[in-house]
Amino acid sequence: MRVSPATSQRVAVGFMWALAAITFAVLVFILAFILAHGLPHVTWSFLTQSPTSMGREGGIFPMILGTILVAGLAVLVAAPIGVATAVYLTEYTREGRLTAVIRFGADCLAGVPSIIFGLFGFVFFAIALGMGLSVLSGSLTLALMVLPTIIRTSEEAIRAVPYAYREVSFGLGSTRWQTVIHVVLRSAIPGISTGIVLSLGRSISETAAVMLTAGSALRLPRSLFDSSRTLALHFYILAREGISMTNAYATASVLIIAILALNVLSYWLMRRFVAKVGR
Amino acid sequence: MQAPRIVVQGFTACFDGKPAVKNLDLEIFPNERLAIIGPASSGKTTFLRSLNRLNDLDHGFTHSGKILHDGKDIYDADVDVAELRRKIGMVYAVPVPLPWSIYDNLVYGLRLAGIRDRTTLDERVEKALGYAVLWDEVKDRLHEPANVLSGGQQQRLCIARVLVLEPDVLILDEPCSGLDPISTGKIEDALVALKERTSIVLVTNNTKQAARASDRTAFFLLGDLVEVGPTAQLFTKPTQKKTNDYLVGQFG
Repeated sequence: MRVSPATSQRVAVGFMWALAAITFAVLVFILAFILAHGLPHVTWSFLTQSPTSMGREGGIFPMILGTILVAGLAVLVAAPIGVATAVYLTEYTREGRLTAVIRFGADCLAGVPSIIFGLFGFVFFAIALGMGLSVLSGSLTLALMVLPTIIRTSEEAIRAVPYAYREVSFGLGSTRWQTVIHVVLRSAIPGISTGIVLSLGRSISETAAVMLTAGSALRLPRSLFDSSRTLALHFYILAREGISMTNAYATASVLIIAILALNVLSYWLMRRFVAKVGR
Repeated sequence: MQAPRIVVQGFTACFDGKPAVKNLDLEIFPNERLAIIGPASSGKTTFLRSLNRLNDLDHGFTHSGKILHDGKDIYDADVDVAELRRKIGMVYAVPVPLPWSIYDNLVYGLRLAGIRDRTTLDERVEKALGYAVLWDEVKDRLHEPANVLSGGQQQRLCIARVLVLEPDVLILDEPCSGLDPISTGKIEDALVALKERTSIVLVTNNTKQAARASDRTAFFLLGDLVEVGPTAQLFTKPTQKKTNDYLVGQFG
């Protein structure tokens, strides 16, 4: 029996629509499940107080601060290095063995499981460099972990800038550096920022690597050399050790909302930026 | 006639060892419009891009011979290439406005040259837009994105973007190839007025345009300069058989 083109078309569209719907439904289900269990317990005092009795009581303020410090510092360290590497790879060298090696290295690094980064960070930053279990050890480890993402997304964004823009810029009397700053990076900012936001999200939600490097101290970090627990790790410990499922869900809700807010905010900023600079 | 602005002496340009322009001798005078015609791969564009050293961006590019700009070889080691490109300004075949406002496109080169004063910038912008016959069309929307302009307007913007730097030589690489006859006419009119203040080198695939819009014409073929002379003479009484063959459409 032959199926008419119109029928196969309808079937194909219906099939793809169903698959897309399933993807979306899974996301909605996970979000709804966690938020339904956690959100009622997210109160002002939960956000602003320190935990007591291992997190069974009290709030998560030190973890919020710890997350901001560890993830923020990680991106602060990784972004300039990553963008500079991408600029070097695309604008300052010819394609050759060196660029191939750097790119291959970045790709390998991107595929390494985060627990391995954690182990390396523990041995190298915490022990060998004597930083101990600290915000600094944790953020430097995360910086290494997200570096390949930042390099590759920045590279893609820079490559997407038309070559003709560079020729025009040179033709108007600019140096290579001026062209990179005024034309290439300015046009590539939306793409580069996407990679950075992605990395920030990954840093915020990373658990294994920070457990081994930033530690899991419950108290408020007073300096970069203090141990600190991040939200993701706090959630893991609360759930894993059966301390308080209620507080675990509440912590997870805060984490999810923070990451959603981060994505929405960056999307909005990007739209504004693009509108202002012109397409 | 005045002393030439550009003197090309025995200039050869190669890409990966293959010559694209061979042993070229040519002079470009102040206040003239020189058209360069010739079939594809005759070396016209390579020659143009050699004049402002844009070929340097190509890693396979090598050259020999000299191009003197006001007596100084532009390929000398002590030449400031950025400064040279401001003096010998180039307009490309496809108009490429940078993805900014009209105004930002126009002042970009000036800012690179270190000019920051707002009044100076505004004056130079207005003057350049006037020369490019675009001022009346954009004076009320200088801060709108440049890519909302039509193709012909964009190309005149690109010309103005170069003129704002007050170059000695304006080089144009088939600037009308994608434009309608009316836009083409406006650009040709602009060139007539512009030769009062700069030399113009116009590469074109359109021999009629060369006949209309130039004072002298050079005919390139496979990297060789076959013939150069006053436009009227070259088109009516070419001295070389190849020139005549090309003009009557025997090849190319």
